[in-house]
Amino acid sequence: MGENKTAKPVGFRQIRLKILGRRETDRLASRLLLLLSMIPLILIVVILAALFLRSWPIIQARTIWDLLSGQVWKPGQGLFGFYPFIMGTVWVTVVAMVLAVPPCLLVAIYLVEYAHTPLKTAMKPLLDLLASIPSVVYGVWGLVAIVPWVQSTLAPFLSRWLGFIPLFHSNNPTGFSVISGSIVLAVMVAPFIIAVTYEVMHTVPDGLRHASLAMGATRWQTVRYAVLPQTIPGIAAGIVMGASRALGETMAVLMVVGNVAKSPSSIFDPAYPLPALIANNYGEMLSIPMYDSALLGAALVLLLMVLFFNVVSTLTLRQILRRSG
Amino acid sequence: MIKRRHVEEAFFKTLMILSLMLVAGSLGFILLTVIIKGLPALNLAMLTQTPKGGYYLGKEGGILNAIIGSIYLALGGTLLALIFSLPLALYLQAYARRTGWADSVRLALDVLWGIPSIVYGAFGFTLMLALGMRASLLGGIITLAILELPIMTRAMDEVIRMIPHEMEQAAFAVGATRLETALKVVTRQMLPGLLTAILLAFGRGIGDAASVLFTAGYTDRIPTSLFRPVASLPLAVFFQLGTPFPEVQQRAYASALILTVIVLVISLGSRWLASRLSRYTIR
Repeated sequence: MGENKTAKPVGFRQIRLKILGRRETDRLASRLLLLLSMIPLILIVVILAALFLRSWPIIQARTIWDLLSGQVWKPGQGLFGFYPFIMGTVWVTVVAMVLAVPPCLLVAIYLVEYAHTPLKTAMKPLLDLLASIPSVVYGVWGLVAIVPWVQSTLAPFLSRWLGFIPLFHSNNPTGFSVISGSIVLAVMVAPFIIAVTYEVMHTVPDGLRHASLAMGATRWQTVRYAVLPQTIPGIAAGIVMGASRALGETMAVLMVVGNVAKSPSSIFDPAYPLPALIANNYGEMLSIPMYDSALLGAALVLLLMVLFFNVVSTLTLRQILRRSG
Repeated sequence: MIKRRHVEEAFFKTLMILSLMLVAGSLGFILLTVIIKGLPALNLAMLTQTPKGGYYLGKEGGILNAIIGSIYLALGGTLLALIFSLPLALYLQAYARRTGWADSVRLALDVLWGIPSIVYGAFGFTLMLALGMRASLLGGIITLAILELPIMTRAMDEVIRMIPHEMEQAAFAVGATRLETALKVVTRQMLPGLLTAILLAFGRGIGDAASVLFTAGYTDRIPTSLFRPVASLPLAVFFQLGTPFPEVQQRAYASALILTVIVLVISLGSRWLASRLSRYTIR
């Protein structure tokens, strides 16, 4: 009986050791984890397959070309043209990138090449905060700050002085427009582009900078002639990645962009991007024939656009960041 | 004598500082807008009551249903994602390391990370249709978990990568298997980063509207089961803004303020926690 007192209660660990040796456990875990690691790939395939299957009825009924180039969206009459929505997405995204890229590059250059450590450490949480703000909050900001400003100040001003250029011509009395969506998006993707550019610029060896500075170049000349040429592919990849984020942004854009199903021709025209189309109509999509199929088709088109940009930029960036170790 | 290159230097440096102020300023501008618009409408009833009859016409009530709903959704989604992402991240570093397979898994995760949340919402919706489910807490949790999985896993993956390799080699040298090293050495060492990764994903989940729009539905009641629809804060903001009544729109601003405060507290809190906990790791 004295033996029983000193023997520890048989716990989980002992039982496991009796059934499986440590090495067998390790090997078993390895197999299970290998299975688990297939989930991400399977998920991508399943998402693509599900959206494709659900949009198959409309692809069959209309042909892909008809859908992509169709100008009219009247679900009640069975007309499903994606063209205005695709153009809406492209306009909002391109204008957002035009607004976001120059300041973001300058900020990244400043942080890498000029800033002292305290500023660098202060900027990191600031950018994290900017990135963590939910998109609905960006939408509220756009709605109460940007849209009225565009309506009362920006649109009249630019339209008056640059109105002869079609791009700046305004005949939209409200502020709900491409430019409002783009301004909001530009702020949303800024932390992202800055972070990627920052990382890419850090891959340039310091020796290169020192050599350039030692030759008497100014800091800007060093950036311009020694650092930037090395990093152009990486920065380009970062921009494309930022653009693919912007493509899919839904709520913030939906709230400020006007949602008129017509391809815009000026930055002050309203637009109706693909994500907004999907989000706005999910409620009634089961009541009209083919409607759900068309909306999931829109999701598929959006997904394919995003995947294309995303895969290309991720692969490019990966190669660049790996080269530097 | 002032040379052209010095003028150029000064010019671009000024531009850079202006851009920096622009980016920092926009953060301030956004926060200020939300605070100025939201604070006047914020009161205790907003935080402690569910919508009463006629709430959306400007009558009594609050958005407790959305606050609780959002916490349920994000908590459930984060826990579900954690179950998959922690083993996945440990696998990537402890077993697969630099193999081609690990690279493809990481690529797949990065691609998943880039997929817009509205697409996850649409996918979740088709999944639920196929399973015969209706918009519910469970549907929202599953969709959010899919959305959060890549974010959490990649964040953890980066954290584990920072752990000195010698530490694992030391564990191997005393005879530990890969599994034992992963569970007993790596997980402890990565604890601060692990928390940051979880909170990052939680913050993303609680703020996401497009993915729960289809899958979680919206209701004025606090859900009592996984199969009931559930309200969420981002959608509360969105729907209240959509009404034509100024009083209700005011409440949308207040709801946006509540959401912003929650997200900022999580973001700053995770930073603080990580720095506190990092005292207990071996460097």
